[in-house]
Amino acid sequence: MGSTEAAIRKPNSLQIVVSGIFKENAIFRMAISLCPAIAVTTGLKTGFLMGIAVVFVNAMVNVTVSLMRNVIHPRIRMPIYMLIISGWVTVADLSLAALYRDAYKQMGLYIQLIVAFASILTRAENFASKNKVVPSFFDGIGIGTGFFFALMVISFFRELLGKGTLWGIDIIHAKPLLIALLPTGGFFATGLLMGFFNWIDIRFYGGKGAGGASGH
Amino acid sequence: MDKELAKLFEIFIASALINNFVFTRFLGLCIFFGVTKKVETAVGMSITFTAVMMISAALSWVVFNAIMVPLDITFLKIIIFIGIIASFVQASDTIMRKVSPGLYYKLGVYLALISTNCIMLAVPLINSGEHYGFIESITLGLGSGLGFAMALIIMASIREKLELADVPVPFRGLPIAFVTTGLIALAFTGFAGIITS
Repeated sequence: MGSTEAAIRKPNSLQIVVSGIFKENAIFRMAISLCPAIAVTTGLKTGFLMGIAVVFVNAMVNVTVSLMRNVIHPRIRMPIYMLIISGWVTVADLSLAALYRDAYKQMGLYIQLIVAFASILTRAENFASKNKVVPSFFDGIGIGTGFFFALMVISFFRELLGKGTLWGIDIIHAKPLLIALLPTGGFFATGLLMGFFNWIDIRFYGGKGAGGASGH
Repeated sequence: MDKELAKLFEIFIASALINNFVFTRFLGLCIFFGVTKKVETAVGMSITFTAVMMISAALSWVVFNAIMVPLDITFLKIIIFIGIIASFVQASDTIMRKVSPGLYYKLGVYLALISTNCIMLAVPLINSGEHYGFIESITLGLGSGLGFAMALIIMASIREKLELADVPVPFRGLPIAFVTTGLIALAFTGFAGIITS
């Protein structure tokens, strides 16, 4: 039994992760939890730390909710989920504050605001509360990684164009475009990349390019 | 006294224009893009939002300074603030439904959206981080509420016109809204020079 179950589960967990990265990408496809996508993506490093924090919180929340799914009374589930999420966000917040002081000064508020991410609450409600611990864990990793991936793409372009560097290392020796670092650049980059992902969807997968059309 | 008033005015202008939540702090984007398809809904949201924002700023200030600071549990602020806001929004939803059904019919749907909003949480977090006093906290709530209202109404007016434009298919919907927001944000960077401290 163990081997067949593992055989079924293995592609499943991979599928779950992949679907979180591409098909259900929180930022480009579902257009939720957008705020930090623009706020912390002026450099690869801040984007990276934020992404890691989100992957961590997402996976841990899913595991916790899944473990407690038989104990939580359905009528009070939302407040309980919020409590679990804010607990894990506090863990991430305090750890980052201790480990990376400089970066934290820049992005502290946004780390604390992970708690208001619709994507985390949605996954807890739609997936983790109905599934076992292991798939829930991989679902959290997948959704978190999708978010992480989006942050890395946006901050890659913004740091490269805005400072001419990547992770603080000089790449382009020319006068950088300041606009990429301004808030405007963040909105532009996100909008253009979202359009690009829609284009890929229409061109190669025959979708309707509805990504983000009804976003919240 | 004059100096205090000047400080309050500074906080107000800074939170409404210079650090506008949507255009320079990038908060509340979900709601921003969600309710700006029509001017009417944008106005309804703005009113509800500003009112809730001021009250929750006041409530969380009281809880933070009267309970959390003396007990030395400020590290729990995320959990406690989100609890305060969620329960306050839920309570006002219930009270409004009983006391004034007409108003509830108009604005109730926005209340439900507000409870998981990041600005709602950001205002108490900024207030506690900057060690603002009671009046200052409310001013920040009012300023950022009005700034958000302005952003919503500007954006809704533009998007109503945008409906008629011939946008390339992949950019329809949110992507073009993002690019538009970027242009407004560019205009808002012009406010950055108002207050020099």
